[in-house]
Amino acid sequence: MDLNAIEAVLAPAARADLPAWRAGDAWLAGGTWLFSEPQPHLARLVDLAALGWPPYAVGPDGLEIAATCTLAALERLDLPPGWTAAAALIGPCCRALLGSFKVRNTATVGGNLCLALPAGPMIALTAALDGTGLIWTPDGGERRLPVLDLVRGPGETALEPGEVLRRIDLPAAALGRRAAFRRIALSPDGRSGALLIGTSGATGWALTVTAATRRPLQWRLPAVPEAETLAEILAAVPDALWDDDVHGAPDWRRHVTGILAEEIRRDLAEQDPSGRDASGAAA
Amino acid sequence: MRLTVNGQEQAVPARPGQCLRTLLRDLGWFGGKKGCDAGDCGACTVHLDGEPVHACITPAFRAAGRRVTTIEGLAGPCTPGAGVPEAVHPMQAAFLAAQGFQCGFCTPGMVMTAAALDQGRRADLGDALKGNLCRCTGYGTIRDAIDGIARTEAGPGDPVGCSVPAPAGPAIVSGRAAYTLDQAVPGLLHMKVLRAPHAAARIRRIDAAEALALPGVVAVLTHADAPDALFSTGRHHDPRDDAADTRVLDPIIRFAGQRVAAVVAESEAAAEAALARIAVDYEIRPAVLDPDSALRPDAPLVHDPADRPPPRPGADAPPLRSHPNLAAEVHGAVGDVEAGFAQAHAIHEGTYVSQRVQHGHLETHAALGLIDAAGRLVIRSSTQVPFLTRDALCALYDLPRAQVRVLCGRVGGGFGGKQEMLTEDLVALAVLKLRRPVVWEMTREEQFVATTTRHPMRVRVRLGAKADGTLTAIALHVVAETGAYANHAGGVLHHGCNEVIAVYRCPNKRVDGFNAYTNTVPAGAFRGYGLSQTIFAVESAMDELARRLGLDPFAMRRRNVIRPGDPMISTSLEPHDVAYGSYGLDQCLDHVEAALTALPPAAPEPGWRVGQGMALAMIDTIPPRGHLAEARIRLEADGTYTLQVGTAEFGNGTATVHAQLAASALGTAPERIRLVAADTDAVGFDTGAYGSTGTVVGGLASHRAALALAEALRAEAARRSGADPAACRLDAEGVALPSGERIALAAFAGRAAEGRADGSPRSIAFNVQAFRVAVQAATGAVRILDSLHAADAGRVINPTQCRGQIEGGVAQGIGAALYEEVRLDGPEVVTRSFRSYHLPACADVPRTQVLFADTHDRIGPLGAKSMSESPFNPVAAALANAIRDATGYRPHATPFSPDRIFRGVAAALAQTSAPAPARDETRA
Repeated sequence: MDLNAIEAVLAPAARADLPAWRAGDAWLAGGTWLFSEPQPHLARLVDLAALGWPPYAVGPDGLEIAATCTLAALERLDLPPGWTAAAALIGPCCRALLGSFKVRNTATVGGNLCLALPAGPMIALTAALDGTGLIWTPDGGERRLPVLDLVRGPGETALEPGEVLRRIDLPAAALGRRAAFRRIALSPDGRSGALLIGTSGATGWALTVTAATRRPLQWRLPAVPEAETLAEILAAVPDALWDDDVHGAPDWRRHVTGILAEEIRRDLAEQDPSGRDASGAAA
Repeated sequence: MRLTVNGQEQAVPARPGQCLRTLLRDLGWFGGKKGCDAGDCGACTVHLDGEPVHACITPAFRAAGRRVTTIEGLAGPCTPGAGVPEAVHPMQAAFLAAQGFQCGFCTPGMVMTAAALDQGRRADLGDALKGNLCRCTGYGTIRDAIDGIARTEAGPGDPVGCSVPAPAGPAIVSGRAAYTLDQAVPGLLHMKVLRAPHAAARIRRIDAAEALALPGVVAVLTHADAPDALFSTGRHHDPRDDAADTRVLDPIIRFAGQRVAAVVAESEAAAEAALARIAVDYEIRPAVLDPDSALRPDAPLVHDPADRPPPRPGADAPPLRSHPNLAAEVHGAVGDVEAGFAQAHAIHEGTYVSQRVQHGHLETHAALGLIDAAGRLVIRSSTQVPFLTRDALCALYDLPRAQVRVLCGRVGGGFGGKQEMLTEDLVALAVLKLRRPVVWEMTREEQFVATTTRHPMRVRVRLGAKADGTLTAIALHVVAETGAYANHAGGVLHHGCNEVIAVYRCPNKRVDGFNAYTNTVPAGAFRGYGLSQTIFAVESAMDELARRLGLDPFAMRRRNVIRPGDPMISTSLEPHDVAYGSYGLDQCLDHVEAALTALPPAAPEPGWRVGQGMALAMIDTIPPRGHLAEARIRLEADGTYTLQVGTAEFGNGTATVHAQLAASALGTAPERIRLVAADTDAVGFDTGAYGSTGTVVGGLASHRAALALAEALRAEAARRSGADPAACRLDAEGVALPSGERIALAAFAGRAAEGRADGSPRSIAFNVQAFRVAVQAATGAVRILDSLHAADAGRVINPTQCRGQIEGGVAQGIGAALYEEVRLDGPEVVTRSFRSYHLPACADVPRTQVLFADTHDRIGPLGAKSMSESPFNPVAAALANAIRDATGYRPHATPFSPDRIFRGVAAALAQTSAPAPARDETRA
């Protein structure tokens, strides 16, 4: 929609051109969310696309995803062999966006993270793959923050005014793990009510819960847990952390999270070369 | 900036913050529509350098130096305002052949998206089309179009009974059909409305000085400017059917979202900026937010008589009700209900709750007003009722009918929501005050928070039957919530309590119904008009009672439904004008039962339970208390006919039906009938396109006009030639005389005739819906495996269109049963966009197998009955009954979303099949 209060759009060509931050400013990436709701409090957009960041870089240390990389570009990325978790997760996470493939043509990974909605599938993807955000600070410096700490709650991030999310780094070790993905929504292609990702590898087992909870939660264990252990872990999540909105009642989110987590536990146990069987019991 | 649109290089300044859709429309490319303005519905889809994007969430400046293709240019380069192209793109041709549209508002975006799908994306249309919403079709013919399946036919012979393509098709698929606001008007002013943040308040003072001082602001209208007259936004043939309880602008606020003031400015941006500068001082009052609170003895009054001047001498006193917060009441009984229950072998009593839902027509309410050269007030509006709106404006502003013209462009969906005057009164106020053209287009958010909804309803049903299933008593206790205003409060309550039980033969019936005012968003007319809510209750209860008796649900219905000759009685023995014009309920039941039996066995995945359920619905084909239509038809010199009707086409397909009926009577082809519709200048009067009357009242008038003209032409030919009129035959080229000679049509150019229909007597139409579903025991997810629907529409004038109405009605029913709810948090509507209010998307809607009863109505035109609202009505109950069959859990409230039913499903499945008591007196 027309954002009628916007008075100017700035197009910085380089970091040095970024304006001094002031109230009423917003970073513009794809714009698919920014232009989808009235923004009467905003007066100026700073177009990050003008900075011309390459969408991603594949290297021996892992994958660097520019904040302005579109979901469509990420989906089309040719992955090196061995990045099993990335191969298993990128497609389903991109398709988990409520927006259509046309939105994915424009919506960005960084935008999805910074919007910080519980159902943000790029949050799930990058949190599950041990992502770290590289943040440009207004003084010209940089800082790093794990995605799990970057996203604090619905619509709330750890970014200070004037800070820019530059990119997300996914370490090669995480990309090479085994992964399992589960998602449920109130309608077949609706906004995720729960989106869970499990990963497993040499460094242990991890479960990331998103969409069901107000912010992403993650548990890391040395090995695939027993069913009872997993259930106890999830039972300890405080009631207030389960999200409550039109996309799912909190008791249902808690309930289906338990079911999906258990499915993931079994999946990864079956895949586990260490000799655990599908029931999760040690062989 | 410069950009290339449809091959035209264009230079235009993009405003900062402007989206691409408004930039394109400012340039005269009206093909891309504003449906949601938020990237959800896809009606604005264009190609940017060949990639499809939602133009409403694409910053305009990003198109600089790039190539944009809109629906107008999909087939090749063109200029803005050019007509329908000779050659169309293959996807446009496919949408024409399949008739992959009804109202057509979503079609430009649908076609642009479909044209961009590669083979991989076409393989999963659910995912590919999740950003394209269609409220009318149920996606069946859209899938057909993309799959290359044709659904229309045109050929020699009688056009009635053929799937003749819609006359507007080429304009719709090429983006040239002009909807309400698809035109440029020089000097147009824009209106924006300030809405109340409180559920109940009195405005002490409004200070608009700061707003008026802003550049571009022309006027700020408040209650001080509004006429001191009361009206109802709900429009009926007889205006007294709706309580006059509304002012154009009112100092008393009765719901959060009510109009407070209107800004008129040179641009939308200026108007929007001014809204924030209007200072309003409210005296906040206590509010009532649900019907139970509203009906307590000491409840605050939603409409306090102390807020109104006393009625003028001679004016009717308001009707007395048992509580001042009641907008309507209905009480009636036949027989002796208690005696009936005493005879019952089994009784079921249950309470069934239907939620608020929104119409979700993709074209929001909008009106554009101006003073024409003759000094008349002209309102171009997205309405189902142009004539009733004209009359309401005349009454409000004390103008003679000749001084007001109301007309429609093509209307982008209605579903009852446009049987209301929600924009025209305020636009008229501004135009009359400023004498300049003014437009007001509601946002999607306004649509949700401040227009109308289906009436939320709580229905307590008590049914009693003998061991063989014969009903002994039916009792309904209905509590509906009309919200802040009483538009349609009486009509919906009465209609909702009528056909639902009139369809059952039972000597003892009682209804007590209440429709309460509350300080919430008003309810209004909605597809089904009360029946969808009560049918959910009664058909659920009927299923439960059949189970208790060990009877098959079809057998239970067959034992009790009315058959020709039976009186049709709800709660009164008063005579009425509803007759068995034709009867096909028996066939509908047989068709659906046979189709269910013929389904291959389901093979559910582990953890899913399969079940099936059915429900029926009856509807009177025309609303009571009068429904008028007039039609005029004139033979032109070129052998075509101009047919003028009052009724509006808003996706219901009546434009095609008028042409078919007239062509059939005149022995010509439908494409030779040029329709002029929905304009108060076209004919003297037309009650409007509501109550499923487009074919059976409007169409009947057209058919009568055409028959009269045909007879006049034959008579004139006979007079000229001295032949017997009965031996003269009219065809597409002229009149064939018994001598073998012919008189060409040109000889009769200018001859005209008129036709009228008055909506009485009325007939009845039937629908039977069945579903087979799978329910995931662990999560409560419901998957529809099969959808079967039989309809008794009398003689089907246009099978593809009628099937489309049914598929669309079932889809809307699925939305209301599984997904949709206008949710309130206190007085505030929280579902304000299609992202939080889930309209069924392509992936949510199974293909419905549609089966027609073979009947011929003696009342409707050429045997036809209406089939537009009614397919919606049995859907929720059929789904509930299928879920009950699959899991043992009986859903008592719509929507049956997984998060609301998973506990009940789990509990029911955990219970071993304990024997049920014969008399189930427990209340749900």
